[in-house]
Amino acid sequence: MSAPARPTRGLWGEIRANRQRSWLLIVALTGVLAVMGAAFGALLFEDAWGALPGFFLSLAMAGIWFPIAWFAGPRMTLAASRARRAEPERDRVLINVVEEMAIAAGLPVPQIWVIEDSAPNAFATGRDPRNAMVAVTTGLYQKLTRDELQGVMAHELSHIRNEDVRYATLVVVTVGVIALLADFAIRHMRWGGGPRRSRNRSAGGLIVLLALLVAVLAPLSARLLQAAISRRRETLADLSGAELTRYPEALARALEKIEADPEPLEAANRATAPLYVVNPLSKLQRSWVGLMSTHPPTEERVRLLRGLVVGGAPGGTLASPPTT
Amino acid sequence: MFGIGLGLFFLLILGLLVAVVGWVIVTYNGLVSLRNQLKNAWAQIDVQLKRRYDLIPNLVETVKDYMAYEQDVLTRVTQARAGAIAAQGPAEQARAENQLTAALRQLFAVVENYPQLKANENVLRLQEELTSTENRIAFARQFYNDNVMRFNTRLQVFPTNVIAGMLGFTAQEFFETGDEAEREPVKVDLR
Repeated sequence: MSAPARPTRGLWGEIRANRQRSWLLIVALTGVLAVMGAAFGALLFEDAWGALPGFFLSLAMAGIWFPIAWFAGPRMTLAASRARRAEPERDRVLINVVEEMAIAAGLPVPQIWVIEDSAPNAFATGRDPRNAMVAVTTGLYQKLTRDELQGVMAHELSHIRNEDVRYATLVVVTVGVIALLADFAIRHMRWGGGPRRSRNRSAGGLIVLLALLVAVLAPLSARLLQAAISRRRETLADLSGAELTRYPEALARALEKIEADPEPLEAANRATAPLYVVNPLSKLQRSWVGLMSTHPPTEERVRLLRGLVVGGAPGGTLASPPTT
Repeated sequence: MFGIGLGLFFLLILGLLVAVVGWVIVTYNGLVSLRNQLKNAWAQIDVQLKRRYDLIPNLVETVKDYMAYEQDVLTRVTQARAGAIAAQGPAEQARAENQLTAALRQLFAVVENYPQLKANENVLRLQEELTSTENRIAFARQFYNDNVMRFNTRLQVFPTNVIAGMLGFTAQEFFETGDEAEREPVKVDLR
Protein backbone atom coordinates (compact mmCIF):
# COMPACT_ATOMS: atom_id res chain seq x y z
CA MET A 1 0.00 0.00 0.00
CA SER A 2 1.69 3.15 -1.17
CA ALA A 3 0.32 6.40 0.14
CA PRO A 4 1.65 9.62 -1.37
CA ALA A 5 4.32 11.09 0.86
CA ARG A 6 2.95 14.04 2.77
CA PRO A 7 5.24 16.89 3.68
CA THR A 8 6.12 16.32 7.32
CA ARG A 9 4.65 18.81 9.73
CA GLY A 10 7.34 18.37 12.28
CA LEU A 11 6.79 16.68 15.62
CA TRP A 12 4.65 19.32 17.28
CA GLY A 13 2.63 19.91 14.16
CA GLU A 14 1.80 16.21 14.00
CA ILE A 15 0.84 16.12 17.67
CA ARG A 16 -1.44 19.11 17.28
CA ALA A 17 -3.06 17.66 14.17
CA ASN A 18 -3.73 14.35 15.89
CA ARG A 19 -5.19 15.99 18.97
CA GLN A 20 -7.55 18.02 16.81
CA ARG A 21 -8.61 14.98 14.82
CA SER A 22 -9.34 12.92 17.94
CA TRP A 23 -11.32 15.80 19.40
CA LEU A 24 -13.42 15.98 16.24
CA LEU A 25 -14.10 12.26 16.48
CA ILE A 26 -15.30 12.68 20.06
CA VAL A 27 -17.61 15.48 18.93
CA ALA A 28 -18.96 13.21 16.19
CA LEU A 29 -19.57 10.46 18.73
CA THR A 30 -21.42 12.87 21.02
CA GLY A 31 -23.46 13.84 17.98
CA VAL A 32 -24.44 10.22 17.44
CA LEU A 33 -25.39 10.03 21.12
CA ALA A 34 -27.58 13.12 20.76
CA VAL A 35 -29.29 11.79 17.64
CA MET A 36 -29.88 8.41 19.26
CA GLY A 37 -31.31 10.07 22.34
CA ALA A 38 -33.59 12.20 20.23
CA ALA A 39 -34.78 9.22 18.18
CA PHE A 40 -35.41 7.24 21.35
CA GLY A 41 -37.38 10.07 22.87
CA ALA A 42 -39.42 10.53 19.72
CA LEU A 43 -40.29 6.83 19.69
CA LEU A 44 -41.08 6.65 23.39
CA PHE A 45 -43.39 9.60 23.43
CA GLU A 46 -44.67 8.82 19.95
CA ASP A 47 -44.19 12.44 19.12
CA ALA A 48 -41.48 14.43 17.41
CA TRP A 49 -41.23 16.66 20.46
CA GLY A 50 -40.20 13.65 22.48
CA ALA A 51 -36.82 14.15 20.89
CA LEU A 52 -35.88 16.85 23.36
CA PRO A 53 -36.39 14.90 26.60
CA GLY A 54 -34.83 11.92 24.84
CA PHE A 55 -31.73 13.95 24.10
CA PHE A 56 -31.40 15.00 27.74
CA LEU A 57 -32.05 11.47 28.89
CA SER A 58 -29.11 10.22 26.83
CA LEU A 59 -26.81 12.84 28.33
CA ALA A 60 -28.04 12.04 31.82
CA MET A 61 -27.40 8.34 31.34
CA ALA A 62 -23.87 8.98 30.16
CA GLY A 63 -23.35 11.44 33.00
CA ILE A 64 -24.35 8.87 35.61
CA TRP A 65 -22.61 5.89 34.07
CA PHE A 66 -19.26 7.62 33.52
CA PRO A 67 -18.27 8.18 37.18
CA ILE A 68 -19.33 4.62 37.99
CA ALA A 69 -17.15 3.23 35.22
CA TRP A 70 -14.39 5.61 36.19
CA PHE A 71 -14.17 4.50 39.79
CA ALA A 72 -14.73 0.85 39.04
CA GLY A 73 -11.66 1.34 36.87
CA PRO A 74 -10.27 -0.67 34.00
CA ARG A 75 -9.24 -3.85 35.70
CA MET A 76 -6.27 -5.42 34.07
CA THR A 77 -6.13 -8.77 35.80
CA LEU A 78 -2.51 -8.53 36.75
CA ALA A 79 -2.95 -11.26 39.32
CA ALA A 80 -4.04 -13.72 36.67
CA SER A 81 -1.27 -12.81 34.26
CA ARG A 82 1.67 -13.99 36.36
CA ALA A 83 2.73 -10.47 37.13
CA ARG A 84 5.13 -9.16 39.76
CA ARG A 85 6.36 -5.73 40.77
CA ALA A 86 9.67 -4.71 39.23
CA GLU A 87 12.50 -5.15 41.69
CA PRO A 88 15.53 -2.85 41.91
CA GLU A 89 17.94 -5.79 41.99
CA ARG A 90 16.56 -7.75 39.05
CA ASP A 91 15.03 -5.06 36.84
CA ARG A 92 17.40 -2.14 37.26
CA VAL A 93 17.50 -1.25 33.56
CA LEU A 94 13.71 -1.29 33.22
CA ILE A 95 13.24 0.85 36.30
CA ASN A 96 15.88 3.32 35.14
CA VAL A 97 14.35 3.55 31.68
CA VAL A 98 10.89 4.29 33.11
CA GLU A 99 12.22 6.81 35.63
CA GLU A 100 14.12 8.63 32.88
CA MET A 101 10.94 8.95 30.88
CA ALA A 102 9.05 10.16 33.94
CA ILE A 103 11.65 12.92 34.30
CA ALA A 104 11.32 13.88 30.64
CA ALA A 105 7.52 14.03 31.01
CA GLY A 106 7.45 15.71 34.41
CA LEU A 107 5.24 12.92 35.74
CA PRO A 108 5.46 10.91 38.96
CA VAL A 109 6.99 7.49 38.38
CA PRO A 110 4.23 4.92 37.81
CA GLN A 111 4.14 1.46 39.37
CA ILE A 112 6.15 -0.91 37.23
CA TRP A 113 5.04 -4.50 36.72
CA VAL A 114 6.68 -7.40 34.92
CA ILE A 115 4.60 -10.14 33.27
CA GLU A 116 6.09 -13.59 32.74
CA ASP A 117 5.41 -14.12 29.05
CA SER A 118 7.76 -14.54 26.13
CA ALA A 119 5.55 -12.55 23.76
CA PRO A 120 6.90 -9.00 23.72
CA ASN A 121 4.36 -6.34 24.67
CA ALA A 122 3.59 -3.62 27.17
CA PHE A 123 0.62 -1.68 28.44
CA ALA A 124 -0.27 1.24 30.67
CA THR A 125 -3.32 1.79 32.80
CA GLY A 126 -4.57 3.77 35.77
CA ARG A 127 -7.06 6.46 36.74
CA ASP A 128 -4.68 9.40 36.62
CA PRO A 129 -0.93 10.08 36.58
CA ARG A 130 -0.72 9.59 40.34
CA ASN A 131 -2.32 6.14 40.29
CA ALA A 132 -0.78 4.90 37.10
CA MET A 133 0.97 1.67 36.29
CA VAL A 134 2.88 0.25 33.38
CA ALA A 135 3.58 -3.39 32.69
CA VAL A 136 6.02 -5.11 30.37
CA THR A 137 6.42 -8.75 29.47
CA THR A 138 9.69 -10.54 30.10
CA GLY A 139 9.69 -11.16 26.35
CA LEU A 140 9.83 -7.44 25.66
CA TYR A 141 12.44 -6.86 28.31
CA GLN A 142 14.74 -9.51 26.85
CA LYS A 143 14.29 -8.89 23.15
CA LEU A 144 14.69 -5.12 22.94
CA THR A 145 17.75 -2.94 23.39
CA ARG A 146 17.80 -0.26 26.05
CA ASP A 147 16.85 2.48 23.58
CA GLU A 148 14.04 0.45 22.07
CA LEU A 149 12.68 -0.41 25.53
CA GLN A 150 12.79 3.28 26.35
CA GLY A 151 10.87 4.08 23.17
CA VAL A 152 8.12 1.67 24.20
CA MET A 153 7.99 3.02 27.76
CA ALA A 154 7.80 6.55 26.35
CA HIS A 155 4.74 5.43 24.38
CA GLU A 156 3.16 3.95 27.50
CA LEU A 157 3.90 6.99 29.65
CA SER A 158 2.37 9.13 26.92
CA HIS A 159 -0.88 7.20 27.29
CA ILE A 160 -0.81 8.21 30.94
CA ARG A 161 0.23 11.78 30.13
CA ASN A 162 -2.58 12.17 27.58
CA GLU A 163 -5.08 10.63 30.01
CA ASP A 164 -6.07 8.04 27.45
CA VAL A 165 -7.66 5.80 30.05
CA ARG A 166 -10.13 8.55 30.87
CA TYR A 167 -10.71 9.16 27.16
CA ALA A 168 -11.32 5.48 26.55
CA THR A 169 -13.74 5.19 29.48
CA LEU A 170 -15.70 8.17 28.15
CA VAL A 171 -15.92 6.54 24.75
CA VAL A 172 -16.90 3.15 26.11
CA VAL A 173 -19.67 4.68 28.23
CA THR A 174 -21.01 6.72 25.30
CA VAL A 175 -21.05 3.71 23.02
CA GLY A 176 -22.74 1.73 25.77
CA VAL A 177 -25.52 4.29 26.24
CA ILE A 178 -26.07 4.42 22.48
CA ALA A 179 -26.33 0.65 22.29
CA LEU A 180 -28.70 0.55 25.26
CA LEU A 181 -31.03 3.20 23.87
CA ALA A 182 -31.02 1.57 20.45
CA ASP A 183 -31.90 -1.74 22.05
CA PHE A 184 -34.79 -0.21 24.02
CA ALA A 185 -36.04 1.55 20.91
CA ILE A 186 -36.16 -1.57 18.82
CA ARG A 187 -37.84 -3.56 21.60
CA HIS A 188 -40.40 -0.85 22.16
CA MET A 189 -41.37 -1.18 18.51
CA ARG A 190 -41.56 -4.91 18.67
CA TRP A 191 -43.99 -4.87 21.56
CA GLY A 192 -46.49 -3.05 19.48
CA GLY A 193 -45.53 0.45 20.41
CA GLY A 194 -46.49 2.77 17.65
CA PRO A 195 -48.42 5.84 16.79
CA ARG A 196 -51.78 5.42 18.42
CA ARG A 197 -52.43 8.74 19.94
CA SER A 198 -50.42 10.89 17.59
CA ARG A 199 -52.35 13.56 15.89
CA ASN A 200 -51.13 13.00 12.40
CA ARG A 201 -50.91 9.34 11.46
CA SER A 202 -48.64 9.61 8.46
CA ALA A 203 -46.20 12.01 10.09
CA GLY A 204 -46.10 9.70 13.12
CA GLY A 205 -45.28 6.79 10.85
CA LEU A 206 -42.45 8.69 9.25
CA ILE A 207 -41.01 9.60 12.63
CA VAL A 208 -41.15 6.00 13.73
CA LEU A 209 -39.37 4.91 10.59
CA LEU A 210 -36.65 7.50 10.98
CA ALA A 211 -36.21 6.62 14.63
CA LEU A 212 -35.85 2.95 13.79
CA LEU A 213 -33.29 3.74 11.10
CA VAL A 214 -31.31 5.69 13.66
CA ALA A 215 -31.61 2.84 16.17
CA VAL A 216 -30.05 0.49 13.65
CA LEU A 217 -27.33 2.78 12.33
CA ALA A 218 -26.29 4.53 15.52
CA PRO A 219 -24.66 1.61 17.35
CA LEU A 220 -22.75 0.65 14.24
CA SER A 221 -21.42 4.13 13.58
CA ALA A 222 -20.65 4.51 17.28
CA ARG A 223 -18.44 1.42 17.18
CA LEU A 224 -16.69 2.62 14.05
CA LEU A 225 -16.02 5.95 15.74
CA GLN A 226 -14.79 4.15 18.84
CA ALA A 227 -12.24 2.22 16.80
CA ALA A 228 -11.19 5.37 14.96
CA ILE A 229 -10.69 7.21 18.24
CA SER A 230 -8.63 4.33 19.61
CA ARG A 231 -6.36 4.39 16.55
CA ARG A 232 -5.99 8.15 16.77
CA ARG A 233 -4.97 7.96 20.44
CA GLU A 234 -2.44 5.24 19.63
CA THR A 235 -0.83 7.45 17.01
CA LEU A 236 -0.84 10.32 19.48
CA ALA A 237 0.93 8.12 22.02
CA ASP A 238 3.56 7.25 19.39
CA LEU A 239 4.13 10.94 18.68
CA SER A 240 4.10 12.00 22.33
CA GLY A 241 6.57 9.22 23.03
CA ALA A 242 8.83 10.60 20.31
CA GLU A 243 8.50 14.00 21.95
CA LEU A 244 9.81 12.51 25.18
CA THR A 245 12.77 10.61 23.77
CA ARG A 246 13.43 12.90 20.78
CA TYR A 247 14.46 9.62 19.18
CA PRO A 248 11.55 8.11 17.20
CA GLU A 249 13.79 5.61 15.41
CA ALA A 250 14.02 3.57 18.63
CA LEU A 251 10.25 3.10 18.93
CA ALA A 252 10.01 2.38 15.20
CA ARG A 253 12.54 -0.44 15.54
CA ALA A 254 10.81 -1.74 18.66
CA LEU A 255 7.44 -1.85 16.87
CA GLU A 256 9.00 -3.77 14.00
CA LYS A 257 10.54 -6.28 16.38
CA ILE A 258 7.28 -6.77 18.27
CA GLU A 259 5.28 -7.13 15.07
CA ALA A 260 7.72 -9.67 13.71
CA ASP A 261 7.36 -11.84 16.79
CA PRO A 262 4.62 -14.35 15.92
CA GLU A 263 3.51 -15.29 19.43
CA PRO A 264 0.14 -14.00 20.61
CA LEU A 265 0.12 -12.81 24.20
CA GLU A 266 -1.54 -15.38 26.42
CA ALA A 267 -2.87 -13.00 29.01
CA ALA A 268 -4.65 -10.71 26.57
CA ASN A 269 -8.16 -11.06 25.26
CA ARG A 270 -10.47 -9.00 23.07
CA ALA A 271 -11.46 -6.70 25.91
CA THR A 272 -7.97 -5.82 27.07
CA ALA A 273 -6.34 -5.77 23.62
CA PRO A 274 -6.71 -2.01 23.03
CA LEU A 275 -4.52 -1.23 26.04
CA TYR A 276 -1.40 -2.90 24.65
CA VAL A 277 1.23 -1.12 22.57
CA VAL A 278 0.77 -3.50 19.64
CA ASN A 279 -2.42 -5.51 19.15
CA PRO A 280 -1.61 -8.65 21.12
CA LEU A 281 -4.16 -10.92 19.51
CA SER A 282 -2.98 -13.38 16.90
CA LYS A 283 -3.40 -12.36 13.28
CA LEU A 284 -6.47 -14.58 13.05
CA GLN A 285 -8.15 -13.11 16.13
CA ARG A 286 -7.74 -9.46 15.18
CA SER A 287 -10.84 -7.63 14.09
CA TRP A 288 -11.10 -6.94 10.38
CA VAL A 289 -8.06 -4.83 9.67
CA GLY A 290 -8.97 -1.27 8.91
CA LEU A 291 -12.14 0.33 10.18
CA MET A 292 -12.71 -1.82 13.25
CA SER A 293 -9.10 -2.18 14.33
CA THR A 294 -8.00 -0.63 17.61
CA HIS A 295 -4.42 -0.05 16.49
CA PRO A 296 -3.20 1.50 13.25
CA PRO A 297 -1.22 -0.93 11.08
CA THR A 298 2.33 -1.23 12.37
CA GLU A 299 3.93 -0.31 9.05
CA GLU A 300 2.00 2.93 9.04
CA ARG A 301 3.14 3.75 12.58
CA VAL A 302 6.74 2.94 11.69
CA ARG A 303 6.55 5.09 8.58
CA LEU A 304 5.15 8.02 10.54
CA LEU A 305 7.83 7.75 13.21
CA ARG A 306 10.66 7.48 10.71
CA GLY A 307 9.33 10.47 8.78
CA LEU A 308 9.33 12.74 11.80
CA VAL A 309 11.50 15.80 11.77
CA VAL A 310 12.50 16.24 15.38
CA GLY A 311 15.04 18.97 14.91
CA GLY A 312 18.42 17.51 15.61
CA ALA A 313 20.76 14.59 15.23
CA PRO A 314 19.58 11.06 16.01
CA GLY A 315 19.54 10.84 19.76
CA GLY A 316 18.27 14.38 19.86
CA THR A 317 19.94 17.58 20.85
CA LEU A 318 19.09 20.30 23.28
CA ALA A 319 16.29 22.53 22.09
CA SER A 320 17.54 24.84 19.39
CA PRO A 321 18.02 28.50 20.32
CA PRO A 322 14.94 30.65 19.80
CA THR A 323 14.86 32.39 16.46
CA THR A 324 13.86 36.06 16.35
CA MET B 1 -36.13 57.23 28.88
CA PHE B 2 -32.80 58.97 29.07
CA GLY B 3 -32.24 57.59 32.56
CA ILE B 4 -32.78 54.01 31.47
CA GLY B 5 -30.39 54.42 28.56
CA LEU B 6 -27.72 55.89 30.78
CA GLY B 7 -28.23 53.17 33.35
CA LEU B 8 -27.87 50.46 30.74
CA PHE B 9 -24.77 52.13 29.39
CA PHE B 10 -23.14 52.14 32.82
CA LEU B 11 -24.14 48.54 33.33
CA LEU B 12 -22.45 47.65 30.07
CA ILE B 13 -19.28 49.46 31.03
CA LEU B 14 -19.28 47.75 34.40
CA GLY B 15 -19.75 44.37 32.78
CA LEU B 16 -16.85 45.03 30.41
CA LEU B 17 -14.66 46.12 33.28
CA VAL B 18 -15.43 42.97 35.25
CA ALA B 19 -14.67 40.85 32.19
CA VAL B 20 -11.33 42.55 31.63
CA VAL B 21 -10.31 42.26 35.27
CA GLY B 22 -11.36 38.62 35.23
CA TRP B 23 -9.24 37.98 32.16
CA VAL B 24 -6.22 39.70 33.70
CA ILE B 25 -6.54 37.57 36.84
CA VAL B 26 -6.86 34.34 34.90
CA THR B 27 -3.92 35.22 32.67
CA TYR B 28 -1.76 36.20 35.63
CA ASN B 29 -2.50 33.00 37.50
CA GLY B 30 -1.76 30.94 34.43
CA LEU B 31 1.59 32.62 33.95
CA VAL B 32 2.52 32.26 37.62
CA SER B 33 1.70 28.57 37.43
CA LEU B 34 3.87 28.10 34.34
CA ARG B 35 6.73 30.04 35.84
CA ASN B 36 6.68 27.89 38.97
CA GLN B 37 6.67 24.76 36.85
CA LEU B 38 9.73 26.18 35.17
CA LYS B 39 11.49 26.77 38.50
CA ASN B 40 10.66 23.24 39.53
CA ALA B 41 12.06 21.89 36.28
CA TRP B 42 15.28 23.81 36.88
CA ALA B 43 15.57 22.40 40.38
CA GLN B 44 15.11 18.90 38.97
CA ILE B 45 18.27 19.32 36.91
CA ASP B 46 20.24 19.99 40.06
CA VAL B 47 18.78 16.88 41.70
CA GLN B 48 20.08 14.73 38.86
CA LEU B 49 23.46 16.44 38.86
CA LYS B 50 23.84 15.72 42.55
CA ARG B 51 22.98 12.07 41.91
CA ARG B 52 25.91 11.87 39.55
CA TYR B 53 28.31 13.49 41.97
CA ASP B 54 27.29 10.94 44.58
CA LEU B 55 27.80 7.94 42.33
CA ILE B 56 31.27 8.75 41.09
CA PRO B 57 33.37 8.14 44.22
CA ASN B 58 31.89 4.66 44.44
CA LEU B 59 32.87 4.00 40.84
CA VAL B 60 36.41 5.21 41.34
CA GLU B 61 36.79 3.03 44.43
CA THR B 62 35.56 -0.06 42.59
CA VAL B 63 37.90 0.21 39.63
CA LYS B 64 40.91 1.70 41.43
CA ASP B 65 42.51 -1.59 42.50
CA TYR B 66 42.26 -3.16 39.06
CA MET B 67 43.57 -0.19 37.14
CA ALA B 68 46.96 0.35 38.70
CA TYR B 69 48.43 1.75 35.47
CA GLU B 70 45.56 4.09 34.66
CA GLN B 71 45.76 6.36 37.67
CA ASP B 72 45.78 9.52 35.56
CA VAL B 73 42.38 8.66 34.08
CA LEU B 74 40.95 8.16 37.54
CA THR B 75 42.52 11.39 38.74
CA ARG B 76 41.02 13.25 35.85
CA VAL B 77 37.56 11.97 36.79
CA THR B 78 37.98 12.93 40.44
CA GLN B 79 39.24 16.37 39.55
CA ALA B 80 36.50 16.96 36.98
CA ARG B 81 33.93 16.04 39.60
CA ALA B 82 35.38 18.47 42.09
CA GLY B 83 35.44 21.13 39.40
CA ALA B 84 31.78 20.55 38.58
CA ILE B 85 30.71 20.78 42.20
CA ALA B 86 32.65 24.01 42.67
CA ALA B 87 31.49 25.67 39.44
CA GLN B 88 29.60 28.92 39.74
CA GLY B 89 27.09 30.22 37.28
CA PRO B 90 25.38 28.34 34.46
CA ALA B 91 28.07 28.84 31.80
CA GLU B 92 30.93 27.64 34.00
CA GLN B 93 28.77 24.84 35.33
CA ALA B 94 27.91 23.65 31.84
CA ARG B 95 31.58 23.59 30.87
CA ALA B 96 32.53 21.68 34.01
CA GLU B 97 29.72 19.18 33.44
CA ASN B 98 30.91 18.47 29.93
CA GLN B 99 34.45 17.93 31.15
CA LEU B 100 33.13 15.43 33.67
CA THR B 101 31.19 13.58 30.99
CA ALA B 102 34.31 13.42 28.81
CA ALA B 103 36.39 12.11 31.72
CA LEU B 104 33.82 9.41 32.48
CA ARG B 105 33.66 8.38 28.86
CA GLN B 106 37.41 8.03 28.80
CA LEU B 107 37.31 5.95 31.95
CA PHE B 108 34.82 3.51 30.50
CA ALA B 109 36.78 3.27 27.26
CA VAL B 110 39.76 2.22 29.35
CA VAL B 111 37.66 -0.32 31.27
CA GLU B 112 37.14 -2.12 27.96
CA ASN B 113 40.79 -3.19 28.13
CA TYR B 114 40.43 -5.00 31.43
CA PRO B 115 38.40 -8.19 30.92
CA GLN B 116 37.95 -8.91 34.64
CA LEU B 117 36.69 -5.39 35.16
CA LYS B 118 34.40 -5.54 32.14
CA ALA B 119 32.64 -8.63 33.47
CA ASN B 120 32.63 -7.45 37.07
CA GLU B 121 29.09 -7.27 38.42
CA ASN B 122 29.70 -4.07 40.30
CA VAL B 123 31.25 -2.33 37.34
CA LEU B 124 28.37 -3.32 35.09
CA ARG B 125 25.90 -2.06 37.62
CA LEU B 126 27.75 1.22 38.01
CA GLN B 127 28.01 1.57 34.27
CA GLU B 128 24.23 1.29 33.99
CA GLU B 129 23.73 3.70 36.88
CA LEU B 130 26.02 6.29 35.35
CA THR B 131 24.46 5.91 31.91
CA SER B 132 21.07 6.37 33.49
CA THR B 133 22.29 9.40 35.43
CA GLU B 134 23.64 11.04 32.29
CA ASN B 135 20.31 10.38 30.62
CA ARG B 136 18.38 11.77 33.58
CA ILE B 137 20.40 14.97 33.50
CA ALA B 138 19.76 15.25 29.79
CA PHE B 139 16.03 14.59 30.11
CA ALA B 140 15.74 17.00 33.03
CA ARG B 141 17.31 19.67 30.82
CA GLN B 142 15.01 18.71 27.99
CA PHE B 143 12.00 19.01 30.29
CA TYR B 144 13.24 22.40 31.42
CA ASN B 145 13.66 23.58 27.84
CA ASP B 146 10.22 22.27 26.89
CA ASN B 147 8.76 24.31 29.73
CA VAL B 148 10.72 27.37 28.62
CA MET B 149 9.22 26.94 25.17
CA ARG B 150 5.72 26.66 26.59
CA PHE B 151 6.21 29.65 28.88
CA ASN B 152 7.73 31.89 26.21
CA THR B 153 5.06 30.93 23.70
CA ARG B 154 2.36 31.82 26.19
CA LEU B 155 4.02 35.19 26.74
CA GLN B 156 4.15 35.91 23.04
CA VAL B 157 0.71 34.91 21.81
CA PHE B 158 -2.14 37.34 21.60
CA PRO B 159 -3.84 38.50 23.77
CA THR B 160 -1.52 37.54 26.63
CA ASN B 161 1.39 39.48 25.15
CA VAL B 162 -0.50 42.70 25.72
CA ILE B 163 -0.27 42.51 29.50
CA ALA B 164 2.57 40.06 30.11
CA GLY B 165 5.21 42.78 30.34
CA MET B 166 3.05 44.88 32.63
CA LEU B 167 2.54 41.95 34.98
CA GLY B 168 6.27 41.47 35.31
CA PHE B 169 6.86 38.33 33.25
CA THR B 170 9.86 38.09 30.97
CA ALA B 171 10.93 35.51 28.45
CA GLN B 172 13.22 32.86 29.92
CA GLU B 173 16.36 31.48 28.38
CA PHE B 174 16.85 28.00 27.11
CA PHE B 175 19.44 25.89 28.86
CA GLU B 176 22.30 25.54 26.42
CA THR B 177 25.87 24.44 26.65
CA GLY B 178 28.19 27.44 26.55
CA ASP B 179 30.53 26.61 23.67
CA GLU B 180 29.62 25.39 20.21
CA ALA B 181 32.57 23.03 20.38
CA GLU B 182 31.39 21.41 23.57
CA ARG B 183 27.82 20.83 22.41
CA GLU B 184 27.09 17.21 23.17
CA PRO B 185 24.24 14.99 22.05
CA VAL B 186 21.62 14.65 24.74
CA LYS B 187 21.85 10.89 25.11
CA VAL B 188 25.24 9.77 26.37
CA ASP B 189 26.16 6.12 26.07
CA LEU B 190 29.14 5.39 28.24
CA ARG B 191 29.50 1.86 26.94
